[in-house]
Amino acid sequence: MTADAAHRPPAIRFERLLCSHGAQPVLGPIDLAIARGSFVALVGASGSGKSTLIRSITHLHVPEAGRVEVDGIDVVSSDIAKLRRRIGYVFQSVGLFPHMDIAANIGIGARIGGDRLAIGRVEELLALVGLDPSFATRLPASLSGGQAQRVGVARALALEPAIMLMDEPFGALDPVTRDRLAREVRSLHDRLGLTTLMVTHDMAEALLIADRILVLDAGQIVADAPPAKLIANPGHPAAEALVAVPRAQAAAIAALAGPRT
Amino acid sequence: MTGEWATAFARVPELAREHLLVSFAAIGLALLLCAPLAVAAHRNRRFAAVALGLASLVQTIPGLALLALFFPVLLAVSTVLGEWVEPLGFLPALLALTLYALLPILRNAVTGLAGVDPAALEAAEGLGMTRWQKLRLVELPLALPTIVAGIRTAAVWTIGAATLATTIGQPSLGDLIFAGLQTQAWTLVLAGCAGSAALALSVDGAIALAQRGVERRQRLTGAIAGLMIAALAAFALWPQAHDNRPQVTIGAKGFSEQYILARLIGLRLERAGYAVDYRDNLGSGVLHAAVASGQVDIGVDYAGTLWTNELKRSDRQPREAMIAGIAAWMQGAGGARLIGPLGFENAYAFAVTRATAERLSLGDLHDLARAAPMMTLGTDPEFLERPEWRAVDAAYGMGFAGTRSLSPGFMYDALASNEADVITAYTSDGRVAADRLVLLADPEGAIPSYDALLVAHVDAAGDAGVRQVLDGLIGAIDVRTMAEANHMVDRVADKRSIGEAAAWLDAQIRAQEGAE
Repeated sequence: MTADAAHRPPAIRFERLLCSHGAQPVLGPIDLAIARGSFVALVGASGSGKSTLIRSITHLHVPEAGRVEVDGIDVVSSDIAKLRRRIGYVFQSVGLFPHMDIAANIGIGARIGGDRLAIGRVEELLALVGLDPSFATRLPASLSGGQAQRVGVARALALEPAIMLMDEPFGALDPVTRDRLAREVRSLHDRLGLTTLMVTHDMAEALLIADRILVLDAGQIVADAPPAKLIANPGHPAAEALVAVPRAQAAAIAALAGPRT
Repeated sequence: MTGEWATAFARVPELAREHLLVSFAAIGLALLLCAPLAVAAHRNRRFAAVALGLASLVQTIPGLALLALFFPVLLAVSTVLGEWVEPLGFLPALLALTLYALLPILRNAVTGLAGVDPAALEAAEGLGMTRWQKLRLVELPLALPTIVAGIRTAAVWTIGAATLATTIGQPSLGDLIFAGLQTQAWTLVLAGCAGSAALALSVDGAIALAQRGVERRQRLTGAIAGLMIAALAAFALWPQAHDNRPQVTIGAKGFSEQYILARLIGLRLERAGYAVDYRDNLGSGVLHAAVASGQVDIGVDYAGTLWTNELKRSDRQPREAMIAGIAAWMQGAGGARLIGPLGFENAYAFAVTRATAERLSLGDLHDLARAAPMMTLGTDPEFLERPEWRAVDAAYGMGFAGTRSLSPGFMYDALASNEADVITAYTSDGRVAADRLVLLADPEGAIPSYDALLVAHVDAAGDAGVRQVLDGLIGAIDVRTMAEANHMVDRVADKRSIGEAAAWLDAQIRAQEGAE
């Protein structure tokens, strides 16, 4: 963190945040700050509240109580539609619009803001996510899962956001594609100087690409540490359980590989 | 037969134009109404349930009844809002067909909008679309195939149901179907059905093509579909050749005698320099109200019908007193005026075969009452509900062994095949003479007079030229001549068209005028 950044408000800040589904409380209270430029992974089992937390930032889930600040400004007092256009969002279900070609999908953010994305910029974004410019005129139905999510990332980056929110972005992909895309996203994060908050249920993925890992269990943050610290000392049984899986897998794989070396 | 085909096809273009115009207007109005309704229904589940429930309810009303219901409703509305609300013709047809078209459009729109992929919706919201942007850019385009399917269903239904609009005075291809069914002229029925089907298929095809053009981004397909729809619309809206002659509208109820008399009056008015158009197949009460309101200028009604249904009288009067009473009543109520009787009656009469009459020595209704316990009565579906039957039963005490309800066309066949021993025939029906039936006398005068009366709206009655033509018909048609004209269009062998029968009737009247 630079000296300058220290004086500026965090990219995202939660204060006494409480969320519920109907009468059922599912999350909080959460007090948390996400520093500018950090890559934070939000890990937890299904139903732990991690999706609700990331969705509450742009009010895709409207919180019960407490406040969310983006760049020091209370989300409640900002224009939600504009705020959403300022933040890159990648969905697990990708959600490309099937009736629009890839160029139109990537340009949709500009279009709803009353603008147009130049074809040169579309090709630049395609290149950024590792796709050939010829993809611009194709329809989403003709893409593989990995290609579709690359377009999803390009669409999120189109309006040059400072913040990227990714809700299980690689959940539906095969392990090889998933691993490659995760590393590319991390490198984009570094090159573009983004602040990234990524939800995942895969601790191994989080350990390998994040700067900071938050573990959610039953609506509470039960661990908050850089990867190296977390793997050394998970602290909470839920975090321990999540870390145990990749640790055991690594050991088993090492044992398999051991005799040969 | 060639003459009949020629008459049938000569009317097809104009009827098709009217048919298409009212159908397009109804589909267009339904679309305008459905757009906000569908959006509201999409956003509010309770509203959707109510709106779809009401639309389904409308659909359960038979088309014929829905159209008929608009007549009294609009009649009541017109007394409040003024004469521009016309209870007959285009307006009631438009409203009824619009209501009919709502359900398929609304249901498909709601289904289509509800079926949009939730992933696309989540992305639309997450990317910062407003509700309207989401609707316009994502929901509508993705629901479009389902919505268009609904519009196509509505178009086919509406064009089909528009054939029924003829009963409330809106000309359509249904005119041919109704007239053809009534006179068993199957070429007319065929022409009406084929024309209506062709319209439905071309509109359906044009919409389907337009959809394909939009979905596959095929400019040419879209352009062809656009041209097709534009051509159909232009045909529907094509300005009619303006006729400088004064215009007269003649109404007719839905049976042969009425069609023939309307054409006879029309023939004579055209010869006197008037332009004539027809409103066929009007319900009995509708015809009178239409003449009273001036939407129809001239019609033929029957003394007994007016006496019972319009004057609400149940007392028995001699025929001169009845006619005088009706004339006086018309002066005092509404815009209809009695011109005078045509000279024949179309009354109910009990008829038996000559053999039955001789075997049971039947001459009048007293004789029939005596023999009734051994006889089966064949009658049309409404007679036993009518005051005439109650009057006959009260005067003579009829206790038939059985009764059989038959459509008027089949009553005579039932008598011939001995399935009925006595029927309630109509005195001006050609089949009475053709089958050499014996009509039983009514010495107690229980059955009221059914003199055919020429009735006109006060404005038409006051027009000297029209009046001259109408006056020339008073007392000019005897029952034998009318029966023969009716028989010409009703019989199976050597069947004539309505126009031919009217021309024949006209020639008879002229010959008689020459002889005088």
